[in-house]
Amino acid sequence: MLRTPTPSIFRPRRPVDQRVLRENRKLVEDIDRRGLLRGGLSLGALTLLTGCDVTEDQSVQKVLRTVSAWNDRVQEAIFRPNHLAPIFSPSQVVKPPRFNAYYDIEELKPVDGATWSLELAGLVKDKRPWTAQQIYQLPEQEIIIRHVCVEGWDYIGQWSGPNLRQFFERIGADLTAKYVYFICADDYTESIDMATALHPQTILATKYAGATLADPFGFPLRLRTSTKLGYKNAKWIKAIEVSNDFRETFWSKQGFNWFAGI
Amino acid sequence: MSTPPLTSAVPGRRLHPLPLRIMHWINAAAIFIMIGSGWKIYNDDVIFGLLHFPDSLVIGKWAQHGLQWHFFGMWIFVLNGLSYLTYGLATGRFRRKLFPISVRELVATVGDALRFRLAHDDLTHYNAVQKMLYLGVILVGICIVISGLALWKPVQFSELADLFGSFQTIRLVHFLCMSAIVGFVLVHVTLALLVPQSLVAMIKGGPVVSDAKPAGAAAEINATH
Repeated sequence: MLRTPTPSIFRPRRPVDQRVLRENRKLVEDIDRRGLLRGGLSLGALTLLTGCDVTEDQSVQKVLRTVSAWNDRVQEAIFRPNHLAPIFSPSQVVKPPRFNAYYDIEELKPVDGATWSLELAGLVKDKRPWTAQQIYQLPEQEIIIRHVCVEGWDYIGQWSGPNLRQFFERIGADLTAKYVYFICADDYTESIDMATALHPQTILATKYAGATLADPFGFPLRLRTSTKLGYKNAKWIKAIEVSNDFRETFWSKQGFNWFAGI
Repeated sequence: MSTPPLTSAVPGRRLHPLPLRIMHWINAAAIFIMIGSGWKIYNDDVIFGLLHFPDSLVIGKWAQHGLQWHFFGMWIFVLNGLSYLTYGLATGRFRRKLFPISVRELVATVGDALRFRLAHDDLTHYNAVQKMLYLGVILVGICIVISGLALWKPVQFSELADLFGSFQTIRLVHFLCMSAIVGFVLVHVTLALLVPQSLVAMIKGGPVVSDAKPAGAAAEINATH
């Protein structure tokens, strides 16, 4: 009886014709596995070395920014308009808060509260400017929330000032508009979506830990919202604009995510 | 009545079927992106004062580029990972390849490994250490996604974030999961290079295996060869 060879996982199902190997000996010898491995490794190393340049390549940036814009929409979709961020006790508050801007604290140019006024623009019925004194007379809301920076650090802060939704209702802002822009005294611009502007924990802060805001932290007026990364919380605000048009802002122009929700 | 000859068995399943190989290499690319960009993000605010990843190893020159890659790669990693989990559960691959894990075998395999006597002649059978490592890295992969979600959305997913305690704890968990994956990758790649046929199998599919094959059968066949 002819014995059928036991199938082995290491044996081809059909035996190799040995002639093939003999006739192609030279070719087989040329296949240098080590050379292939070396080649593969240097290609890998090349992609590593050029990694930073590849990112800034226009077509790569186009893809990455398209994904970032898609991530904006995803974040908008998962945003829970009435879900409150965790709040903390006054004993956990860090004093003073942490300074952060696109420049160092030595370059800070304080805003003169006496001549400062808040301008209003866009889809707002009553565009009369507000002085600091007028804003101080509005009812205050206090929130003790976590500040999360895109860099990874965080701290608990205690902020108070008028609720943004109530302020918008007072000035007759179009609450169905899409975006709210903040123009700042240091030429910084930021914008947030209307849903975030109307969130119960979004305020125009004038105080920190019960005292008037110090210069480095946005005196006389800054945004504080519990649902965005730090950089969305514009400081030293000098104008607010309500609009349906999307425009890039300070950090989003440089490739940071626009929605920046937390 | 004649029995069909063994050699003309039904076209068998490859050790690593094509969908699995595709998912494996997509995952390799996703992990490369996630770790390189994650290190860039980490460098902006280090957790351990002394640990700072060299610029030559991170992806992205500026902070925004690390972030862009990370939040791009996350989709590949998560979608591919979900397909892999679905595939592994639906086809029974996890059950066949990763279970059962016997403690006795585990101890024996560790012993063999320490004496450099690990058998690797049968690619189709995972030893107990391999099973633990593969199962472990799947669980770490799930954990890194959960901690990543909590980091990305500590307010929207505050219920999830609360499980970890503070925000910095989430970062630490995310970092430790990354460290575990890097450890796994180092071992995995080293062994794949030491046993090149395993690497070839992950590209070409490897030997044809029969689902009904009893454990150890391949080893016996190989012994006669």
